[in-house]
Amino acid sequence: MSLTRIYGLFLRHFYLITRSFPRILDLVYWPSIQITLWGFISNFFATHTTYYNNAVGVILTCAILYDFLFRTSIGFNMLFLEEIWSRNFTNLFIAPMRIGEILTSLVITALIRSLIGLVPAILLTSPLFGISILDLGIFLFFLFLSLYIFGITLGILVSSGLLRFGPSFENIAWSTMFLLAPFGCIYYPIETLPEIFQKIAYVLPLVYIFEEARNILINQTVNIENVYYAFIWNAFYFSLSITLFYYSFNAAKNKGTLINMGE
Amino acid sequence: MKNLIEVKNIKKNYGKKEAVKGISFNVEEDEILGLLGPNGSGKTTTIGMLLGLLKPTSGQIFINHLKLEENRIEILEMINFISPYIELPKKLTVKQNLYVYSKLYKVKNIKERIEYLSEKLRIEELLNSITGELSSGQKNRVSLAKALVNEPKVLLLDEPTASLDPEVGDFVRTFLEEYKKEKKISILLASHNMNEVTRLCKSVLMMKNGEIIDQGKPEDLITKHGRTNLEEVFLKLSRSKSEFN
Repeated sequence: MSLTRIYGLFLRHFYLITRSFPRILDLVYWPSIQITLWGFISNFFATHTTYYNNAVGVILTCAILYDFLFRTSIGFNMLFLEEIWSRNFTNLFIAPMRIGEILTSLVITALIRSLIGLVPAILLTSPLFGISILDLGIFLFFLFLSLYIFGITLGILVSSGLLRFGPSFENIAWSTMFLLAPFGCIYYPIETLPEIFQKIAYVLPLVYIFEEARNILINQTVNIENVYYAFIWNAFYFSLSITLFYYSFNAAKNKGTLINMGE
Repeated sequence: MKNLIEVKNIKKNYGKKEAVKGISFNVEEDEILGLLGPNGSGKTTTIGMLLGLLKPTSGQIFINHLKLEENRIEILEMINFISPYIELPKKLTVKQNLYVYSKLYKVKNIKERIEYLSEKLRIEELLNSITGELSSGQKNRVSLAKALVNEPKVLLLDEPTASLDPEVGDFVRTFLEEYKKEKKISILLASHNMNEVTRLCKSVLMMKNGEIIDQGKPEDLITKHGRTNLEEVFLKLSRSKSEFN
């Protein structure tokens, strides 16, 4: 065993981490996010042990909805990352494609990828657990549509980061969903969050979507306001993500990222 | 002869660093222009700007008399690029890759185009092979097929024969010579292979530190600098700039 060689290999990774802000950020926030998310979940179940008693399957339904969001977002990012990994990135950007065409193509492909994963999951829940997500009725469509738009929005935001900062932004791509999970109130009502976190949660479409899913399943009522607010916030973030993507594309052309997709 | 590439005083700065310092040149129809220079001289940056991947800090680029800044899509439809540093998706078959890029370039008669290029580049038997499993020489010919799928008027080549064995390298050079002659296209060739440049290029630009430090026909440069071949001229110019200013 050579300590020099061990130290040499350590330095290789240390230099990489210290030269990349996204990598440092990635190291710092993962543990914080995990602790925060599970802290809120534990808190909620410790104080509201009977909340889910009359609605078997609420947790599972929320898990499926969250998974759809996760797969849409990650699916979009994967399509972008595949081009970087295969060193095809430059070929794509010298093809006569408008940014709108690239985004539309990725949006459609991400939807198909997500549906391929979602349909078997929905079909399995019924025979295995006696639960059908279709109990959400016609509003299930609106909830899925809302989640899909937000998943795509996150995908475009992360892809903007990849364009601007290069592959070092890849780690962020994998963890955006976990970063937002505590504020999304997926498994617990918004009241579980401290007041300051509630303010953040209210400006995300996620909280309205999951609140409404629980409302339909537990109270058997529909609050159309939740669906409405989810779409309003989605429209805002989607527009923001498209604007940011164009900005990042122009910034990449100034910085040279499009021809220099390395570490 | 009309100029298919016109570069007018382009500069590219990265912060305070000047990567390209106001260069101008033209490439005529049916001409191969060599772009030479040591590593870091600004060749790739120049090609990046011609492809629209990099925005010049100042200056103008015209391709087939269209201003790049205002006609990016129209221009990208008529140019293409090959470099050993970029690859096609590895998991797709050769045929799938050529089909995908034919679609991206809105090629009509895709089947005929792929057949034509496959025959010309001797890749017919590779069409159903996985691209990532090909040898360097095979990948190079497939990349060339992709670069010609849209029948480009302008072809930008960044070290097109780097890492190829002499036989494949010669095949690619002969192919490029014949294809240029047949289609009357313009080629900008960045290469470190001086024999290749001497053979293919009508004229060359010598770049160093972001500037064009000399230009002319290969044989004229050899005579001008009192050397026996282009490699010696390259070494002389690369090592000492001051005597040519």
